[in-house]
Amino acid sequence: MKRKIKIALLRALCIISATFTCALVLFLLVYILAKGVPNISWELLSEKPSYLSGKIGILPDILNTVYIIVATLIFVLPLGVGAAVYLTEYAKNKRLVAVIEYAAETLSGIPSIIYGLVGMLFFCQFLGMQTSLLAGALTLVIMNLPTVMRTTQESLKTVPQSYREGAFGLGAGKWRVIRTVVLPGCIDGVITGCILSVGRILGESAALLFTAGTAHALNGFFGGLRSSGSTLTVSLYMYVKEEGEFGVGFAIAAILMVLTLLVNLLAMLVGRWFKRKRNYE
Amino acid sequence: MKKQRAFEDFVHGIFLFLGLVTVGFVLLITVYLVIAGIPAIREIGILNFLFNIKWASTASEPSYGILPFILTSVYGTAGAIILGVPVGFLTSVYLAKLAPEKIRTVVSGAVSLLAGIPSVVYGLVGMMVLVPGIRRLFHIPDGASLFAAIIVLAIMILPSIINVSITALEAVPREYEDASLALGATPVETYFRVSVPAAKSGIAAAVVLGVGRAIGEAMAVMMVSGNAPNMPELFGSVRFLTTAVASEMSYSSGLQRQALFSIALVLFLFIMLINAALNFFLKRSKE
Repeated sequence: MKRKIKIALLRALCIISATFTCALVLFLLVYILAKGVPNISWELLSEKPSYLSGKIGILPDILNTVYIIVATLIFVLPLGVGAAVYLTEYAKNKRLVAVIEYAAETLSGIPSIIYGLVGMLFFCQFLGMQTSLLAGALTLVIMNLPTVMRTTQESLKTVPQSYREGAFGLGAGKWRVIRTVVLPGCIDGVITGCILSVGRILGESAALLFTAGTAHALNGFFGGLRSSGSTLTVSLYMYVKEEGEFGVGFAIAAILMVLTLLVNLLAMLVGRWFKRKRNYE
Repeated sequence: MKKQRAFEDFVHGIFLFLGLVTVGFVLLITVYLVIAGIPAIREIGILNFLFNIKWASTASEPSYGILPFILTSVYGTAGAIILGVPVGFLTSVYLAKLAPEKIRTVVSGAVSLLAGIPSVVYGLVGMMVLVPGIRRLFHIPDGASLFAAIIVLAIMILPSIINVSITALEAVPREYEDASLALGATPVETYFRVSVPAAKSGIAAAVVLGVGRAIGEAMAVMMVSGNAPNMPELFGSVRFLTTAVASEMSYSSGLQRQALFSIALVLFLFIMLINAALNFFLKRSKE
C-alpha cells in the first residue's frame, strides 16, 4: 500500500513539474504577445526615433540586428568550419585535439558580460574600432565559434569513411578530397550552426552593450559596421530601464518572441529534413 | 609532385591555424582579464578587495569591497538551484521516460523556446510581473530584490538542466531497466531507483551547468534585483558580480574602472572552476 502511494506520488510530481514548465512557457508567450502586439505599429517599425517629434521608431535597431547577424556569420562560418575540418580530417595528435576541444568548451561556458568586457578592451580600445557594430560582431564571433564548430563536426562525422577512401583511391589529394567530398557533406551542420547562432545573436545583449553601443542612427551596411548601433535587445533594455518606455519595450519583446519562435521552428524543420535525407541515402 | 606536396602542406597549415584560433581566443580572454584585473587588486589589496563589505566607488573616500557582490552571486545562484533543479529534474524524468511520444515533442519544443527567449525579455517580464507581485505579496516598499532575481534565474536555468538531464537519462542502457522490471519493480520505481542513479554523473553535470548559467547572467538580473551594493538580503535590493560590472562600466574611470575589471576577473575564476567541475562530471558520465 505504502509502495503504491509512493509510486503514485512520484509520478504525479513528474507530471506536475512538466505541466508547470509548459504553463510557464505558455504564460510568457501569451503575456508578451498580448502586451506587445497592440504597441506595434507601422510607424514604429518604419521610422527612426526623433527628439523633435518625440516619436520612437525601431527601424535602425532592426537593421542593426540584421547587420550584426550578417557580419558575425561572415566571420564565424569560415573559422568554425575550418576548425571542425582540422579536428576531424587533419588532427592526429590526440593531445592537441583535447586542448582545442577543451578551449571550445571553455568558450561556451564564459558568460556574455565577460565577452562584452574583453571585446571592449580588445576590439574597441586596443584595435581602435571604437564602439561599433563591427566590434560587436567580432565579439559575437568568439561567442558563437564553439556552436558552429560543434554542429559542423557532428555532420562531418556522418560523412562515410568509404567516400573519402574512394576519392583517395582515385588519386585525389587531401585538399581535393576535402573540397569535393568532405565539405559538401557538412552543409547540414553549417546550416544548423547558422540557425543556432542567429538565435543566440538575436537574444544577446550583455556582450553588445559596451562593444556595439546604444545609438539609433539609420545607416547602410558598411556605414553601420563602422558606427555605434543598438540591436533590438539592447534597445529593449535602454527603452525600459533608462527611459521608462514600457510600451516600446513590450513591442520589441513581442517581435523578439516571434523571431525566437521562428528560429526554433526552422531549426526543428531543418533537423528533420536532414535526418530524412540521410536515411534515404 | 613537389609543388603538389607544398600546396597540401600549405592547406594543412591553414586548417591547423583555424583549429588553433579557438585556443587563441581563450588565451586572449584570459590574458586580457588578468592584465586588466590585477592593477586594481594590487592597489586596493587582495584581502581588502575580496572581504571588505563596503562598495562605495564614487564616494569622496572610495571603498572597493566586493564581498557583497560575491555573496549575492553565491546566494542568488544557490536559490536558483534550489528552486530550479527539482522542477527541471522531475520534468526531465517525465520527458525521458514517462511521457508519450506526442506530449514529449510538444514539451521539448516548449523547453527549447524557453532556452531561446532573450534575457532582456525575462528581465522585462520580471520587472512588470514579479517585482510588483512581490511588493504586494510581502508588503515591502520595493519588490526589486534578491528574491525576484532568484525566481528569474531559476526559470532561466530550467532548459539547461532539463536538456542535459534528458541526454543523461536516455544514455542509460536499456538492459539495466529491463533487469529491474523483470525483478518485479514497477516502471516508476525502475526510473527512480535504477535509471536516475545510473545517470547521476550526467545529472550532476546538468546542475553544474545551471550554476554556470545562473552566476553568469547579467541583463535579466540587472532589471529585477534593484542594483544597490548591499550585503545580500532576500527582500533587499542587491547587486551581483555580473551586474556590478555592467552597471558602472559606462561612466567609470580610473581606479573605479580598473576595479570593475578586477570584479570580472573574480567572476571569470568562478566560471573556470565551474567549467572544470562540469568537465569532470561529463567525462565521468561518458565512462
